[in-house]
Amino acid sequence: MEAFIQYTVQGLAAGGFYALAALGLAIIFGALNVVNFAHGAFYMLGAVLTAVFLEFANLNFWVSLALVPVILFIFGVIVERLLVQWLLGLDILYTFLLTFGISLVLVDLVRMRFGVSGLPYDQPPGLTGSVHVGAIELPVYQVFVFGFSVLICLLVWLLLTKTRMGMVVRAATEEPERSRALGINVSRWITPVFGFGVAVAGIAGVLAAPFRAITATMGSNFIIILFAVVVIGGLGSILGSVVAGFLVGLVEAYGQGYASNFAQILIFILMAVVILVRPAGLFGRKETS
Amino acid sequence: MKTKNFRTLAIASMAVAALGLTSCAGGPPAAVKSELSNGKVVIGVLNDQTGVYRDLSGPNSVVAVQMAVDDYKKKYGDKAVAKNIEIISADHQNKPDVANTQAQQMYDRKDADIILDVPTSSAALAVAKVAAEKKKLFIDVGAATMELTGASCNPYTYHWAYNTKMLAKGAKGVVDNGGKKWVIIYPDYAFGQDMNKSFSEAVVAAGGSVIESIATPFPNDNFATFITRAAADNPDVIGIMAAGGDLVNFVKQYNQAGMRAKADLAVGLMFITDIHSLGVKEFAGTTFTDAWYWNYDAQNRAFADRFSKLTNGSRPTFAHAGNYSAATQYLEAVQRAGTDNPDKVRAQLDGLKVNDVFLRNGVIRSDHSVIHDTYVAKVKSEDQVKEPWDYENIIATIPADQAFPEVNPACTMK
Repeated sequence: MEAFIQYTVQGLAAGGFYALAALGLAIIFGALNVVNFAHGAFYMLGAVLTAVFLEFANLNFWVSLALVPVILFIFGVIVERLLVQWLLGLDILYTFLLTFGISLVLVDLVRMRFGVSGLPYDQPPGLTGSVHVGAIELPVYQVFVFGFSVLICLLVWLLLTKTRMGMVVRAATEEPERSRALGINVSRWITPVFGFGVAVAGIAGVLAAPFRAITATMGSNFIIILFAVVVIGGLGSILGSVVAGFLVGLVEAYGQGYASNFAQILIFILMAVVILVRPAGLFGRKETS
Repeated sequence: MKTKNFRTLAIASMAVAALGLTSCAGGPPAAVKSELSNGKVVIGVLNDQTGVYRDLSGPNSVVAVQMAVDDYKKKYGDKAVAKNIEIISADHQNKPDVANTQAQQMYDRKDADIILDVPTSSAALAVAKVAAEKKKLFIDVGAATMELTGASCNPYTYHWAYNTKMLAKGAKGVVDNGGKKWVIIYPDYAFGQDMNKSFSEAVVAAGGSVIESIATPFPNDNFATFITRAAADNPDVIGIMAAGGDLVNFVKQYNQAGMRAKADLAVGLMFITDIHSLGVKEFAGTTFTDAWYWNYDAQNRAFADRFSKLTNGSRPTFAHAGNYSAATQYLEAVQRAGTDNPDKVRAQLDGLKVNDVFLRNGVIRSDHSVIHDTYVAKVKSEDQVKEPWDYENIIATIPADQAFPEVNPACTMK
């Protein structure tokens, strides 16, 4: 029983991170109808920038946590303006291929500059050690990642549902024609939303730096799990991606605990079952199915 | 479709060969009587140029082979049998099918007399098969599989640097130092399963016990629950058999979980580039078996200094030094044989006892496993590091005759 509780807590902690990482993917799909395959590469950029800042500019983890999302926001805006916007009206496959291409280029650029073995990164000061609650023991950093991820998810949700800006964005993306008729400049909102999604991927990258290998290809495997999260939650649904993030974290932890060879397969079995029962995902809109 | 391609390739290569013969016959007689095929020795370096093994082998293996060629030319000057030596390289992307095609191309179309390096076990086995078919030489340096000198061994393939059983020999040193109870965590594919088996046997043989072996998916990012499970067994030692990025993921999370205080960490296969990328602090105190270390003695260091100047300050991994050694001993064999004819060169290599910068007390055994002294290394703590890449304390030397497993009876050299 004790082990079960420990696995559950660990699963929730990992789930928070998955939810955050998948959030940007869901936002971009919801707003632009773009399946952003470069999300893993943006996540990787976040982690690489964090390591580079520490090594070359001596900027610590906390500075990176504030600075990297801003840089990636600007980078996302540039990518959207230069590349993505031209394909927005076309079939979804075009942007899928475009973003896949972008990810290949980014991964190879990082590989050229930094090799494949990866970059070193220390534990951030103040976040070392473990917390004990009864028999349960968790690394402080894991708890921090969980708390921070949930906080960001909550803020994004509040931003989109409770503010006027969020309302405009949702209106512009869900009913673009009608919004235009009401005098809303829809295309003005598309670019920052894309940048915002990229910035969230960057935050996940910064958080990953202290507990994941920082390599050019770190996003390539990760994006597969993120797509599973987004598909389970329902493409484009923010709440869905958060709930599914936790679900996937739990499934993975129980898998590792009780059926280790199947830990990753279980996630995809869950995905298959969800698609069979609810083709649009747990919280998806019908038309996305 | 595939057979048709093969047929076209075969016809094309026959045509090329015929053309080569006629042009040779019709051309002017060579100034110096040369016993070399095509008038030159071609060394092919086939390895991972872009993927996960790029840093530990990759372009820097080509640099090491170039160093061997330079040394050979300097040593023999005008007396060199191989005056014209060409190095070619290709990327096998760690895929056996790509390795197979690239090896055929190297042997047939680019006139390679020998192929070197080839990390990734499945790719190495594919190249060994091609070498046997074409009766051309292949010295594997980068791969770990026992198969190369087991059931898949053949007269044209040599295995130079290390194998999974040799890596596991280091476990004895850990058990002797009090690490009796082990939990082994391994990635669930050929390499990991092989390593798990080799280490489990070595630990038990040394008088220790393996409480549990935990299989993990490959590749894997999140090891948190595996670590918890391993800790629940209260082991003295946790042995991790992952490599590359997965190893880094594991060690970061292992340290974060405060496991350092609870159990020692033993790593199955580690290259100095792994320590360099993660930082010596994270690995401090970790024990592993090393085939060679650049800062072990003056001879190694001199080699490493030359290598460093050619590679922007990198220090050689044991695979780089192994490639230098393999290329050197191959060229020496060509020199003694007076030809690059594979069968005559092979006769010069078989049974050879040799010492060079990489091979200490080296012997090329009848199963073509090249045995040599190996080392038990412990990663330094941060304050012991005096210069970049100065990461290892060599705590024991395992003599060549004990460092490698016995000849596998499954190897019949056919």
